[in-house]
Amino acid sequence: MTSTALPAPVHGGVRNAVGDALTLTGRCIRLTRRDTDTMVMSLVLPLLMMSLFVYVFGGAITTGSAYIDYVVPGIVLLCTGYGAASTAMAVAADTESGMVDRLRSLPVRAWTVLLGHVAASVTRNAVSTAVVVGAAVAMGFRPDAGPAEWALTAGLLLLYVLALSWLAAGLGALASSVESASALSFAMLFLPYLSSAFVPTDSMPAVLRAVAENQPITPVIETVRGLLTGTPIGGTGWTALTWCLGLLAVSVAFASWAFRRRTRR
Amino acid sequence: MIVEAAGLRKSYGTQQVLDGVDLQVAEGSVLALLGPNGAGKTTTVRVLSTLTRPDGGSARIAGHDVVRDPVGVRGVISLTGQFAALDDRQTGLENLAMMGRLAHLGRTTARRRAGELLDRFDLVAAADRRVGAWSGGMRRRLDLAMSLISAPRVVFLDEPTTGLDPASRATTWDAISELVAAGTTLVLTTQYLEEADRLADRVVLIDAGRVTAEGTPDALKARVGGERLELHLLDPAERPQALTALGPGAVPGPGDTVVHLPSDGSAAHLRAVLDRLDDAGVPLARVSAHRPTLDDVFLALTARAPQPAPVPA
Repeated sequence: MTSTALPAPVHGGVRNAVGDALTLTGRCIRLTRRDTDTMVMSLVLPLLMMSLFVYVFGGAITTGSAYIDYVVPGIVLLCTGYGAASTAMAVAADTESGMVDRLRSLPVRAWTVLLGHVAASVTRNAVSTAVVVGAAVAMGFRPDAGPAEWALTAGLLLLYVLALSWLAAGLGALASSVESASALSFAMLFLPYLSSAFVPTDSMPAVLRAVAENQPITPVIETVRGLLTGTPIGGTGWTALTWCLGLLAVSVAFASWAFRRRTRR
Repeated sequence: MIVEAAGLRKSYGTQQVLDGVDLQVAEGSVLALLGPNGAGKTTTVRVLSTLTRPDGGSARIAGHDVVRDPVGVRGVISLTGQFAALDDRQTGLENLAMMGRLAHLGRTTARRRAGELLDRFDLVAAADRRVGAWSGGMRRRLDLAMSLISAPRVVFLDEPTTGLDPASRATTWDAISELVAAGTTLVLTTQYLEEADRLADRVVLIDAGRVTAEGTPDALKARVGGERLELHLLDPAERPQALTALGPGAVPGPGDTVVHLPSDGSAAHLRAVLDRLDDAGVPLARVSAHRPTLDDVFLALTARAPQPAPVPA
């Protein structure tokens, strides 16, 4: 078997790091695409939720405009929560199966393993968000955004998904099993309900309202809503941006710490 | 020496897992780390393959320090863990090609090399099917193939045949033997004396984080002793007579009626023993033959054995 002479490969260097990250991203995307559960979770579920809110609950909710115009940004954020949460389970599964150890025994930088998961999560969420928005338009969603607003929306959402994916990757590394990763990421699925995603916050009791108005999802939703449907944004845009950047910084630090703690044993 | 470790120490909390492990492996040879569960075998392999940072001591693989130059180490080694780490939702070929690209072989070389290994491990027919549907033996073979994709100079195998059926174990042993014949240095951990015997040039016995013995399999077995007879007397009072009649080598066993005697396992020796006891007028209740097992190795060579069995001369 050593009859095949192999050219001595060169390890390290930026080119290899980028190549490794791309290989590992490709791996995660391929694994997602072939995972029926995750595909259903990230595509079918948001569509079902949207139909549910628009056709079942929507008639009874007063928001001052067509409910579908109100609820689509909320649905988009909800579905990114689901999409990112499956990253936590994917990271936990890799740790549990020994795949992380196998990858770490290769001449690749350890962080490219997490980066692959995060990049795949962002890609997956971009696709499912596009599907959800497309379906919403078919259901009667009429945004009045110009190209600049669309670009700003896409930018903010990408930043938000990136931050959430790093957070999920960190939770996955922290969790002792796939099951506990799923439990840990529950907050990410639940938080959108306690925001202005589905109903205006002024309809909530005082305590819940205080929570809803001061958590990161509400400003992001209000900003996206303003950009797409022309509701007033005011300072909310900056609040949303600050939240996303802060969350991203904290999540990357948290994920690095959790991954190191888990793998340096 | 392609693998050199000195005084490796590692503890988790208050538990000292490695307590000063020294190892040396010559290029092209096979070293087996033999020991019970929890002895520190896996931790030793994890330290040598850069997955775990030691608390103390040092180790170098092909001149690369495991702490200061982990990427250098990873460039010359491969590690196969206790459980097959594969992507169930990728095909065999995809799994292999991915490992090849991560070993920086380049796309074309990675593909070609993947093809060669599939052929060698008899996995060509299943190559384009997802690994999730493969049998345990096939998965283990792919696992091994994946760790060979970069033609590593040192291969670490952590319990390569634990949990395999006898047929798969034989196939895996054949694959390992071929690898060794091609000049690869191998460090493997095992709980089976038979496996160490069959594959290893040298055996290092690890217990409670320490090297308790090392040598060739034959030397190790000689220290434990070969086959022995377990003679159960009818009357405990007659044991001194029995020991005298049997001469040097005979030792008291556990309980008050048992005598242990080294044996070559032949019928002639057994007959001679029975004759001698007959002549001395010592009646026997029963006789059993006992082959050395890993348990005996530990009874003989570890300090924590409750009653260290004497090493026969």
